[in-house]
Amino acid sequence: MSARLLVATRKGLFICPPGGDGWSIPAPAFLGEPVSAVLHDPRDGALYAALRLGHFGVKLHRSEDGGASWTEIGVPALPKEKEGDKPLDMIWTLAVGAEPGVLWAGTLPAALFRSADRGASWELVRGLWDVPERASWMGGGYDDPGLHSIVIHPLDPRRMAIAISTGGVWLSGDGGGTWRLGGRGLRAEYMPPAQAFEPGVQDVHLLAACAAAPEVLWAQHHNGIFRSADGGESFVEVTAAAPSRFGFAVAAHPADPATAWFAPAVKDECRVPVEGRLLVTRTQDGGASLESLGEGLPAGGSYDLVYRHALLVDAAGTRLAMGSTTGNLWLGEDGGARWRLLSAHLPPIAALAFA
Amino acid sequence: MVTSMPRVSFTPNLRRHLDCPTVDAPGATVRAALENVFAGNPRLRGYLLDEHGCLRRHVTIFVNDAPAADRVTLADPVGEGDDIFVFQALSGG
Repeated sequence: MSARLLVATRKGLFICPPGGDGWSIPAPAFLGEPVSAVLHDPRDGALYAALRLGHFGVKLHRSEDGGASWTEIGVPALPKEKEGDKPLDMIWTLAVGAEPGVLWAGTLPAALFRSADRGASWELVRGLWDVPERASWMGGGYDDPGLHSIVIHPLDPRRMAIAISTGGVWLSGDGGGTWRLGGRGLRAEYMPPAQAFEPGVQDVHLLAACAAAPEVLWAQHHNGIFRSADGGESFVEVTAAAPSRFGFAVAAHPADPATAWFAPAVKDECRVPVEGRLLVTRTQDGGASLESLGEGLPAGGSYDLVYRHALLVDAAGTRLAMGSTTGNLWLGEDGGARWRLLSAHLPPIAALAFA
Repeated sequence: MVTSMPRVSFTPNLRRHLDCPTVDAPGATVRAALENVFAGNPRLRGYLLDEHGCLRRHVTIFVNDAPAADRVTLADPVGEGDDIFVFQALSGG
């Protein structure tokens, strides 16, 4: 059975029911409000939507009826321990935990939170907050560092990997109690040469794991694509990345650890498709080579940028979805071989989910 | 003298999110009056104040015709017959 597509945008959350050739875009929930993250919990079917209200702060809502109605629930609270500590700006990512009722949230400014009651209340993960390296985390895109990737090992949920822009890849082996830096082999062009391989300065834009082979993690990094075969301890750069090495998004094939998709853009100071031609690239050989998949995508004159949570693949590994800051939304069938535009008139798209 | 407490009213834009009718609330400062409002409407707190207790960056409070000066501790004095207006700032939208 096909999944619905959840589209979190700058002006609302669109819940698109599956259609054969004619997907429809219904009226959004939260019309006019920025939706920064969306989550479907397959255990109970609940939907979660994080709002970043321009005036009134971050709010989190849960729906028990597929999006027909929403209830405001709890939000993470950042501690104020010294002058300059800022309040919560955004929930950047949400993840389903292993234990009943457990959810995880990654935030801007960078922190990890755990809820044991389906989001009614949130607890700061102290083990990560208190690492001394946090003092040297830097903003990446936003003024403050942010935590955007939460990867939980499906077979051993005590093992977690998170990524921070900019603060590297962090690993836990005890369910979030203690954390250490992973990410050996990541390379930062924006640092002095002697620090280029410092794990703590790496700006991974997104981490994505292969569900069936969770030791394999793909990283779209600020200046390259990297692959880990050891759960994030170490990475090898995909030097074949083309037409550029810059991008935000990566989608990992759920069953095949050699396959992943990316959405390249020119570079950090020019965040548009290379030569105006929007492409998704795919490797099927572990990064040795990449192919460009552009059928159905704009062949020229495109200024679309795909944010880090706006490229995804479904549980079968065959259907992709991609949304852009220009408000274009596509479905990619047959592993991205053919793309179909669902709408060219949406607000800027922040995140997608199948549900 | 009909009313002796400060009267607190809210931007209609807040009603998109939660019910917040105009209320009379006792208190000698903006914060004291707001705390009394929050006591009857706990969800409202997170819309006006951040988790550190400060007025949200893009929320503005006026006491009668003047913007409240203290956005951190909300210590501006209020008294009988004063109007406290909670607006959204034009920034932040």
